[in-house]
Amino acid sequence: MLRVTGLNTYYGTGHILQGVDLEIEKGQIAAVLGRNGVGKTTTVRSIMGLVPPRSGEVWLGDTNMAGWAPYRVARAGVAYVPEGRMIFPDLTVIDNLRVAERRPAKIWPMERLLELFPALADRRTHKGSQLSGGEQQMLAVARALITDPTVMLFDEPSQGLAPLVVRELVGVIHRLRDEGVTVLLVEQNLKLAEAVGDIVYVMVKGRMMYRAPIAQFQLEREAVKSKYLAL
Amino acid sequence: MDFLGFLITQCLNALSQASVLLFLACGLTLIFGIMRIINFAHGAIFMLGAYVGHTIVVLTGQFWLALIAAPLVVAGIGALFEMFLLSRLYARRDGGAYLMITFGLAIVLSEAVRLIWGAQPKGIDLPEVLTGVVFLLDQPFPIYRLFLIGLGVSASIALWQFLERTRTGLLIRAVSQNPEMVHALGTDIRIVRTGVFALGCGLAAFGGILATPLFGAYLAMGNNVVVDAFVIVIIGGMGSFLGSVIGSIMVGFVQVFGAYYFPSMALSLLYLLMLTVLIVRPGGLLGKEE
Repeated sequence: MLRVTGLNTYYGTGHILQGVDLEIEKGQIAAVLGRNGVGKTTTVRSIMGLVPPRSGEVWLGDTNMAGWAPYRVARAGVAYVPEGRMIFPDLTVIDNLRVAERRPAKIWPMERLLELFPALADRRTHKGSQLSGGEQQMLAVARALITDPTVMLFDEPSQGLAPLVVRELVGVIHRLRDEGVTVLLVEQNLKLAEAVGDIVYVMVKGRMMYRAPIAQFQLEREAVKSKYLAL
Repeated sequence: MDFLGFLITQCLNALSQASVLLFLACGLTLIFGIMRIINFAHGAIFMLGAYVGHTIVVLTGQFWLALIAAPLVVAGIGALFEMFLLSRLYARRDGGAYLMITFGLAIVLSEAVRLIWGAQPKGIDLPEVLTGVVFLLDQPFPIYRLFLIGLGVSASIALWQFLERTRTGLLIRAVSQNPEMVHALGTDIRIVRTGVFALGCGLAAFGGILATPLFGAYLAMGNNVVVDAFVIVIIGGMGSFLGSVIGSIMVGFVQVFGAYYFPSMALSLLYLLMLTVLIVRPGGLLGKEE
């Protein structure tokens, strides 16, 4: 469903992504682990078109989207839940959703999202800046879903959330898989990654150094941790 | 009774003054809110609107047509400028580059106006319904100034409703808060930016035509009034539409009453007002501190 090959991205002269490859089947959840600054966020932003990659391919089904402007990537069916949630602070919950609702959603219409996230329904007229971190995260997910995506990119969704909210997030991501949404999850939180991932990638210095199905990763976890993730 | 009549006409004068300033200031604040660009060509665009309006009136004799067509022409010029020149600078994230290019546009427009229309001031003839005066408590008051107040009020309400109620307005507000996120949610923000820049230019041009029957169209008209517009935008809060409406009214009143009661220091009163507002609220009345 989503296949990235040989992605190279630069920030100025910094060579951040040095040939990233990854592949996710339809309805699969891939978790990308890695220490700070190895290029996880840049991977997501390159796929989204927010940082144009210098070379490499980003295949969504049969279409190579590398070099597309972000709005085209979004319209092709890729939704983005960014690091720090990036809720519009002065818009209400409903208006935050409406920005993303370019046409009436078929799979995830507004009513369904408000059912799925009752906290948002309760706070529908509150401004984004008045929500708690957990509510903002749910709003960021809902705002992505209202575009009826086939692929969702999550960047550090558990950051700053209470364990209870992280558990709720796990439930939501499982719901997405049940609906056949393909998920790329970039996380430092190993527990969340393990709870939802079907495949696990480990990124080191701009490259994917490890890829394994979750069952295999669980067997090798300690070795992988000390080899790639230890500080 | 005389004093009351005087007071009413002065207030109406202030409001009509505010109406002209409003169109200039709203365009300026919208452009700043969406693009974080301070448009130094805004005064020149105001002037261009006045001259284009003058030509349309001369050619067709239709004031009403000029009122609609001239802002559209100027908005089109603004859109082309944004698409072909300004947009090339966004990736640099360099405020200095915006300053240079909009300042450059101001110079080019001023010289173009001088070449095309000459240095002689031009006027615009009003249609008969807008000429003459009405008597308010025995004080004569120009009908045209009442017309300006009506336009100012209706345009403020219309723009406010546009921003609050329409999908385009929602997208404009969202872009002003986080353009990248709007882009990543499937809206081509390049179109929003071009549209807002064109809208801002069109509003300034509209103000330019409206000012011409009062003061005439002349080469320095933009320079004089754009300073007031900057003061309004700073008082109201950079990027805040309602702030600019309130700021326009405040500046209109300070100018009209200041010129009457303290003629020698009318200009300093304007800055005194700005200073007071900034001391109390450093981000402007409805702005955010950044």
